[in-house]
Amino acid sequence: MTRRLGLVLPLLLIIGWEVAAIIINNPFYLPRLETVVPVLLNPFSSDYTLGTGSLFDNAVISIERVTIGFGIAAAVAIPLGIGMGRSSGINDFFDTTLELLRPVPPLAWVPLALAWFKLGIASIVFIIFIGSVFPILLNTIDGVRGVKKTWIEVGMTLGANERQVLSRIVVPGAAPTIWTGLRVGFGIAWMCVVAAEILPGPTSGLGYLIMYAYNLGQMNVIIAGMITIGVIGLAIDVLFKTIERRFFSWRGLDR
Amino acid sequence: MTLTLHDVSRVFITEKGETIEALSHISLDIHDKEFICILGPSGCGKTTILRIIAGLESATSGTISINGTTISKPSPRMAMIFQEYSLYPWRNVQDNVTLGLELRGMRKAEREEYAKKFLGLVGLKGFERNFPHELSGGMRQRVAVARALAIDPSTLLMDEPFGALDAQTRNRMQNELLDIWQKTRKTILFVTHSVDEAVFLADRIVVLTRRPGTIREIIAVPQDRPRERTSEQFVQIRRHLLDMINEESGDASKV
Repeated sequence: MTRRLGLVLPLLLIIGWEVAAIIINNPFYLPRLETVVPVLLNPFSSDYTLGTGSLFDNAVISIERVTIGFGIAAAVAIPLGIGMGRSSGINDFFDTTLELLRPVPPLAWVPLALAWFKLGIASIVFIIFIGSVFPILLNTIDGVRGVKKTWIEVGMTLGANERQVLSRIVVPGAAPTIWTGLRVGFGIAWMCVVAAEILPGPTSGLGYLIMYAYNLGQMNVIIAGMITIGVIGLAIDVLFKTIERRFFSWRGLDR
Repeated sequence: MTLTLHDVSRVFITEKGETIEALSHISLDIHDKEFICILGPSGCGKTTILRIIAGLESATSGTISINGTTISKPSPRMAMIFQEYSLYPWRNVQDNVTLGLELRGMRKAEREEYAKKFLGLVGLKGFERNFPHELSGGMRQRVAVARALAIDPSTLLMDEPFGALDAQTRNRMQNELLDIWQKTRKTILFVTHSVDEAVFLADRIVVLTRRPGTIREIIAVPQDRPRERTSEQFVQIRRHLLDMINEESGDASKV
């Protein structure tokens, strides 16, 4: 019932949009539904995206970029976070620097990224990395610190060495919180990829597509692109949540 | 096997730089297969003794030895059972019980045999696949006992293991522990603040003074098991202990 109730507003919005589009009668302000839907229904054809690569191709490119940047961020943040969570020495060494860098928004790095990596995938990946590395890192530190002391001590009395404490107790114990960090980090990474692609330079990706369509005044393609960005973001979040429920449901039940 | 504490003292330094003497000159011989209860007012360092023997903390001075060999880190001949929150919520009962064996590299099929055996011993046959959050407090402590027994230690160190349980469960667990003790012939060192529990369980009761904890008296309980809590001798020993404990806590409140 709640599910169905949740569908009422989107339907009303779509109807309201169509009505408003008819009244305004200017596709540059608000395109009509029937001009947007064909773009979404033909994701593999570049005929609907002004000849600049199909919706699908651009989505794949954006997902690729985000995966690379996010992957590097996770590969850096998780080990570093485990180290910082476990050792006050490592924490003290990195903490000040990271706290200074953290408030700088990812997009403020764009000029430096362009200067260092030039136009192209590397600078986009770098922006994504900056965007997603901090949520993953902070959640990993939190998760590792939240591992109960008793769990570690039980392991030690059962004969675990430092490596085993890490692999059998600390990492699995922190995993739900690390996973939350990955989920949040991926959300930000997805926003960053679109933002980075809107900037001058890229010639592909969903962000590029909507900016390209804007330059040509094709509002229907912009909206189709936005819907695609939203749907992909939602789908990935649902995937993260499903895995969370499947593997980390013990969180909150432990006693 | 004889476990010997020789002149063990432990001094803590607080964050403010104050030194607190938790234990002072504890010497004690614990004989093979003996059931010892350590009893004392709260804050007297009972748990600290256990943690030092388990190798989780080190003594400031003095030595712990098994058959004359000094030990200073967690020894496979000891297993500790904590008051609560010690099971791994992401592992099912079987994988909790066999963690110590897994750490030693035992194969899964063999571990399953061990899990069956020790879960049977603690009366939890058939719960192999359950998760800790599905079990009651008493059942969780049985799993913790099975996990400790699985590594085949010669000594069980138990830190108020039944402290969080309701009175009935606690009494039942005491009976079952005696059963297990008689079947497995382990040495047990059992910390409690319950006089009744100590008299019901122990061969000898070590009474500690308030901080800094020293041994005030060691009382042998000559009664056969199962003990009748209302028998004259039981009540007599109990009264004697209560007087001592009251005196110790009373002194503490005057300071």
